[in-house]
Amino acid sequence: MIINAQNLLIIALLPLLGAFGAGVFGSKFTNLKINSKLIHIGVIFLVAVSCILSCLVFRATLNGQSFNNTIYTWMQIGAYKLEIGFLIDRLTALMMCVVTFVSLMVHIYTLGYMADDEGNTRFFAYISLFTFAMLMLVMSNNLLQLFFGWEAVGVVSYLLIGFWFKKDTAIAANLKAFLVNRVGDLGFIIGIALVANFTGSFNYSEIFANKANLLAHTITTFEWSVITVSCICLFIGAMGKSAQFPLHVWLPDSMEGPTPISALIHAATMVTAGIFMVSRMSPLFELSETALSYILITGSITALFMGFLGIIQTDIKRVIAYSTLSQLGYMTIALGVSAYPIAIFHLVTHAFFKALLFLGAGSVIMGCHHNQDMRYMGNLKKYMPITWLTSLIGSLALIGTPFLSGFYSKDSIIEAVYYSNLFGAKFAYFCVVAGVFITAFYSFRMYFLVFHGKERYYDDQHADSHHGLTKGHKPHESPLVVTLPLILLAIPSIIIGAVLLKPIISGDFFSHGTAFEKIIFIAENHKSMEILKEEIHDWLSMALHALTTLPFILTILGIFFSWLFYIKIPHIPQKIAGNFKLINKILDNKYYLDTINQTIFAQGSIRLGKFLWTCFDMAIIDKFMVNGIAKLNNSLGKIIRLAQSGYIYHYAIVMVLGIFAMLSYLITKI
Amino acid sequence: MIVTTFHYLIASAILFIISLAGIFINRKNLIILLMSIELLLLSVNINFVTFSTYNNNLHGQIFVFFILTVAAAEAAIGLALLVILFRKIKNIQAEDISILKN
Amino acid sequence: MNIISALFYIFAALLCISAIQTITIKNPVHAALFLILTFVSASVLFMLQGAEFLALTLILVYVGAVMVLFLFVVMMLDVKLLENMRANFLTYIPTIALVSILFLGQIFYIIYKSIFSSDKNVNNINNLSVDLGNLSNTKALGKLLFTQYLPAFEIVGCILLVAIIVAVVLTLRSRKDSKSLDVTEQVKVKPEDRLTFVSSKINK
Repeated sequence: MIINAQNLLIIALLPLLGAFGAGVFGSKFTNLKINSKLIHIGVIFLVAVSCILSCLVFRATLNGQSFNNTIYTWMQIGAYKLEIGFLIDRLTALMMCVVTFVSLMVHIYTLGYMADDEGNTRFFAYISLFTFAMLMLVMSNNLLQLFFGWEAVGVVSYLLIGFWFKKDTAIAANLKAFLVNRVGDLGFIIGIALVANFTGSFNYSEIFANKANLLAHTITTFEWSVITVSCICLFIGAMGKSAQFPLHVWLPDSMEGPTPISALIHAATMVTAGIFMVSRMSPLFELSETALSYILITGSITALFMGFLGIIQTDIKRVIAYSTLSQLGYMTIALGVSAYPIAIFHLVTHAFFKALLFLGAGSVIMGCHHNQDMRYMGNLKKYMPITWLTSLIGSLALIGTPFLSGFYSKDSIIEAVYYSNLFGAKFAYFCVVAGVFITAFYSFRMYFLVFHGKERYYDDQHADSHHGLTKGHKPHESPLVVTLPLILLAIPSIIIGAVLLKPIISGDFFSHGTAFEKIIFIAENHKSMEILKEEIHDWLSMALHALTTLPFILTILGIFFSWLFYIKIPHIPQKIAGNFKLINKILDNKYYLDTINQTIFAQGSIRLGKFLWTCFDMAIIDKFMVNGIAKLNNSLGKIIRLAQSGYIYHYAIVMVLGIFAMLSYLITKI
Repeated sequence: MIVTTFHYLIASAILFIISLAGIFINRKNLIILLMSIELLLLSVNINFVTFSTYNNNLHGQIFVFFILTVAAAEAAIGLALLVILFRKIKNIQAEDISILKN
Repeated sequence: MNIISALFYIFAALLCISAIQTITIKNPVHAALFLILTFVSASVLFMLQGAEFLALTLILVYVGAVMVLFLFVVMMLDVKLLENMRANFLTYIPTIALVSILFLGQIFYIIYKSIFSSDKNVNNINNLSVDLGNLSNTKALGKLLFTQYLPAFEIVGCILLVAIIVAVVLTLRSRKDSKSLDVTEQVKVKPEDRLTFVSSKINK
């Protein structure tokens, strides 16, 4: 297959066509009564075609092809060209494959999951639209199109989180997601502007050609280097989108949306847009050690502290959400130590097993009749075998069991951090290793609470016929249309780590195939990737070697302790919670970040608005300026009115004085 | 000394000022006001004739002709108005005519 | 100093004095008479400059018609002689004197600057009709008036017509026992104004 503009446009636009078709024909907008199942199958078909074409494109890039061209220049302002263009190399093609494959799985899953929801055609339209936006993001060849895709996925995320718009919590959550994203976008656009200003273009090739300009200048008033400021600003955008501390607050709340979108957007694709962007901009980030340290420290904080929060959650989706946050922290750490290929590697493996875990959780929720609370589940292994098996595979992949995919990417990250000597690397190493224990603990806590132990279905006081199992009913396995994606996602979760390890680590994977010499550029003094290339030979030796290292021991300890606390001696957690009340309170309130945001930013903005309204709008503008001018006119009029006395001789005097004044002026001219 | 244009213009100016003063002074008698206006026009007439002589043509005198006519008409109408006013307010003090006051 | 200058000075002085008397005299009839004197002196001044037609017209029209009208009105209106005029008069003097002197000073200055140093002087009063051939003042005026200024002449005639009509209409008092009808009133009449039904006893 040849990569040319036409094929790429087909890949990008087919999901858009599906979204548009579902939106127009599936609604009451037209009077056509088309069977909704037909529309859904049609959308799935279009996304499947896009997926197959993406895989073909990926194979073409493996053969050395690449594409970097502008399709259409839609505006030109001075020297800046705003264009639509595509850049296809191995990085992009890999992302395209991941995005379309996971999207296809979610589409198929939605057929079953949202079958009895009355808005499900709208749902299909939205997830198809999301696929289009994400594809535009990864395929773009300039920063502005990236930003377009960035914003578009933010909008679709907003629409999807608030899908059940009649729920108050959903509306609060989607607004929160959009606003926090916006804060990140502010930094992002400042970064784009700085880069474009100093390098003269938005196009990647031209930016990387002119990157020396960024090094040469400083921002005058503060004497900061431009490259550091612009990289940090670009990363702030990634912080918003990829939910790093402190802009992570939207991700747990985004679980208000239906489970398929948690899988698609908040696990596999949208949140990885930030990671992708930083990797794409690696030539720029490599020039600034300060920015890399900042990325490293932010990622470490996220990785460790979000894991702590995952330990005490009771909602099954929230556990997986905090797990996502933690893993995104891992990817960010990898970016910080200049191991960009490993970050992408972890991105790919994480996409598969996290989507698997989310879809599995969705299946569990369906089986327990829309009950999401883990305290009222248990022993589902007996009733939902396929879900149980795939979730087990997903959890094992997540915690980094040797031979499964997650292990290869996670351990590579741990090794890369070990060999880095950047400022903050020691702290990052501590976080990463401690995070292994925490991850194992909360993942298997979830696994044991849901699939093993006593059956606690009827303990729920708030169950009713719509929500939760009532007496006598038992959970049941989900239909094939739901379990098929689970199986299809479990396969890459197992093998893709081993398959991709050698190409990515050896460094050649991301070297070929574009107009600029390397896709991912790593500077000479960031030695992590170099050392890893020496150390890691192939998947078997790496797995066997790992059985003797600290992370593996921590993993085993984590599984053991979670078994101890939740299966063997179930009352230990309550006892610990009773003894450590303060820590429990902090964790319960999510480090008080939500309260800080609410009181300082939300209430503060409202109070500022009220103040400005009363002080400026009403008092100064309305009373002082608008009414004031009227009153001024009135008072002036009262004064000037006195000149109209009604007496002729007064008027005559005024006339004469006027002539007198005029004459006085004109006399000076004679 | 020889009388020149200058002297005539001075005379006309003095007459002009006197008539203006007459307008201001006479608040109790509207008829004197009207007479002052006639004086005003007379001073302008003297001016025009002087300049007609100064320029050696007759255009100034033609204009005096017209001013004369219009002044006469205006005097007639002014007096008619005065008569009606007197019928209404029974006196002719300018101080009492201030209905258009602020 | 020749006779013309002497005459000028005498009659200019008379002009100013009688003008002042016009505006300061209590009795309006006397004021009117002093105004007549003013006009006559002005007429002499015109004559001294060679504008004989205008001088005589001044006497005929102004004195003979306008001042007579003034006197008619003065005597028709029953105006009591004003007692307090002197008192009020004295209070205005300072301001009016000040404004007058300033204004006069300005005009003097202007005239001085523009005319005093020029070479034309007004002595050759006989050269007025040079460009029209040796006509008399009246004939020359007529020639100019009826050719060059004819439209203005016509309009001035209309103005006079209007003045006549205005004067009559404004002061018209209709006779109280006149039996003429007002047509507008007649047309506006409604039946209720003319016929009132009081009561009737018919065919009981």
